[in-house]
Amino acid sequence: MKAEGKVFRYGNNVDTDVIIPARYLNTSDHAELASHCMEDIDPDFVRKVEKGDIIVAGRNFGCGSSREHAPIAIKASGVSCVIAESFARIFYRNSLNIGLPILECKAASEEIADGDKVSVDYSTGVITDETTGKSYQAEPFPPFMQSLIQAGGLAAYIKENF
Amino acid sequence: MGMTITEKILAAASHEKAVHPGQLIMADLSMVLGNDITSPVAIKEFPKFGKEHVFDRGKVALVPDHFTPNKDIKAAEQCACVRAFASAEDITNYFEVGEVGVEHALLPEKGLVTAGDVVIGADSHTCTYGALGAFSTGVGSTDMAAGMAIGKAWFKVPASIRFDLKGSLRPRVTGKDLILHIIGMIGVDGALYKAMEFAGPGVSSLSMDDRFTVSNMAIEAGAKCGIFPVDEKTLSYLKEHGAKEPRVFSSDPDAEYEKVYEIDLATVNPTVAYPHLPENAHDASEGASIAIDQVVIGSCTNGRLSDLRAAAELFRGHHVAKGLRCLIIPATPRIWREAMDEGLFTIFTDAGCVISPPTCGPCLGGYMGILSKGERCVSTTNRNFVGRMGHPESEVYLASPYTAAASAIAGHIADPEDFS
Repeated sequence: MKAEGKVFRYGNNVDTDVIIPARYLNTSDHAELASHCMEDIDPDFVRKVEKGDIIVAGRNFGCGSSREHAPIAIKASGVSCVIAESFARIFYRNSLNIGLPILECKAASEEIADGDKVSVDYSTGVITDETTGKSYQAEPFPPFMQSLIQAGGLAAYIKENF
Repeated sequence: MGMTITEKILAAASHEKAVHPGQLIMADLSMVLGNDITSPVAIKEFPKFGKEHVFDRGKVALVPDHFTPNKDIKAAEQCACVRAFASAEDITNYFEVGEVGVEHALLPEKGLVTAGDVVIGADSHTCTYGALGAFSTGVGSTDMAAGMAIGKAWFKVPASIRFDLKGSLRPRVTGKDLILHIIGMIGVDGALYKAMEFAGPGVSSLSMDDRFTVSNMAIEAGAKCGIFPVDEKTLSYLKEHGAKEPRVFSSDPDAEYEKVYEIDLATVNPTVAYPHLPENAHDASEGASIAIDQVVIGSCTNGRLSDLRAAAELFRGHHVAKGLRCLIIPATPRIWREAMDEGLFTIFTDAGCVISPPTCGPCLGGYMGILSKGERCVSTTNRNFVGRMGHPESEVYLASPYTAAASAIAGHIADPEDFS
């Protein structure tokens, strides 16, 4: 499976409050959450994002609250995957659980520029910056996480195994 | 090789003799927690797990504390969803307005967590119960739904970082100052995926409320948990609150730590985290030029009785600065009642503060004390991210109740040690 899209680039410590501010947490409607995605860090994001686009960020992406509304908002906005140097642990779990692909890759996180066209091959973890022609290898998922992903998320995995 | 307290608890919960950092385990859960923001998402997901009912109606806690008393129609709908599920599943620990308090103050107060427990909560500050010698950590709604369905959760056993504490804190310096100092030292991802373990002779000098505050903010350093050893203070707290029999685990002398920090508690100063990250730690004494519009004293971090007593100690005979708004939010109905009975409300109202029912409201910019563009707030809460308490161009400064009260009186950030 492949993803391809243009890059929205952000810095370190992008927190769940800027991904989806709590003032919108009185709903869990996916489309409504998506309509406020990244609002406090990038008010133009919602207007510019197109299906398949990719978020590239630095360290500790998704830090802060446990709100699953954050990866839900990102996924529902059309973003295909998030690439970062590292992810906050609850955001990491939540993304796997809801099926938002996330990739850890320090070099890609440092070098890929805002607006670049990037493709990602999920089966190999290879990230290619089509704008610069440079390729990167993301950290592979541990086997347990791979089986979670293959099952189609936590609910399906548990239904199968428990 | 020896194990840490975290490894021992996780080994016991996963029926293993020993576990090591990096190992993936499936652990039995002692309690699964959710609030009015995260539970509706979990409740929607629950049918997908293929279980007819929750695994144990006594081991699920549903605490609608974030936007209650209902702030608007949508919030009311979310609370109605939680209420209906609690009723259908006959959940023992569902708390209606009047009984409900801020979850991480409420659960220990009700004796719902004990030493040795493994707790997950769909709220990032679930790490608070580490103060009781429990392994507790925040998860999302799907993990909460899974926990409710099968009573288990998967974990990667975290490596541990130890903070060796010695000495004791000076008067008017608290657990809040200590944890802000630590986060300032290691950064907001300084303990990412790790267990923070607080140890050493200085632990005994910390009150239980101080320990709750320290564990509560472990997540602000990225940690999976923030755990304390169990001592006489822990045991008497658990007994006083009717918690079930504790299972006391302690770290072996030869347990492995990824890093060890030494902290002399007497050197910790009243500390303020400036916008927009909890790691931006400054001494409160540096803040005299920062004028403020609002002060909030409350939350799962600092809404306990000792926090209110600390604020009252400074407010007695003083008034908040002209034009400044000060909100006091006792974290639970019991704390509310005790603060009232002790006469603290008289001190607060004489000082020009307003007292709110228990709620998380302003901490996350939900309602009750939202900031307008350009406004600054000193708050005893736990996060100061962009837009956390309202307008994206407002600012939140995190501090202890002593510092918050001193600042409310001064109208700018003030050092409570200088306050007479």
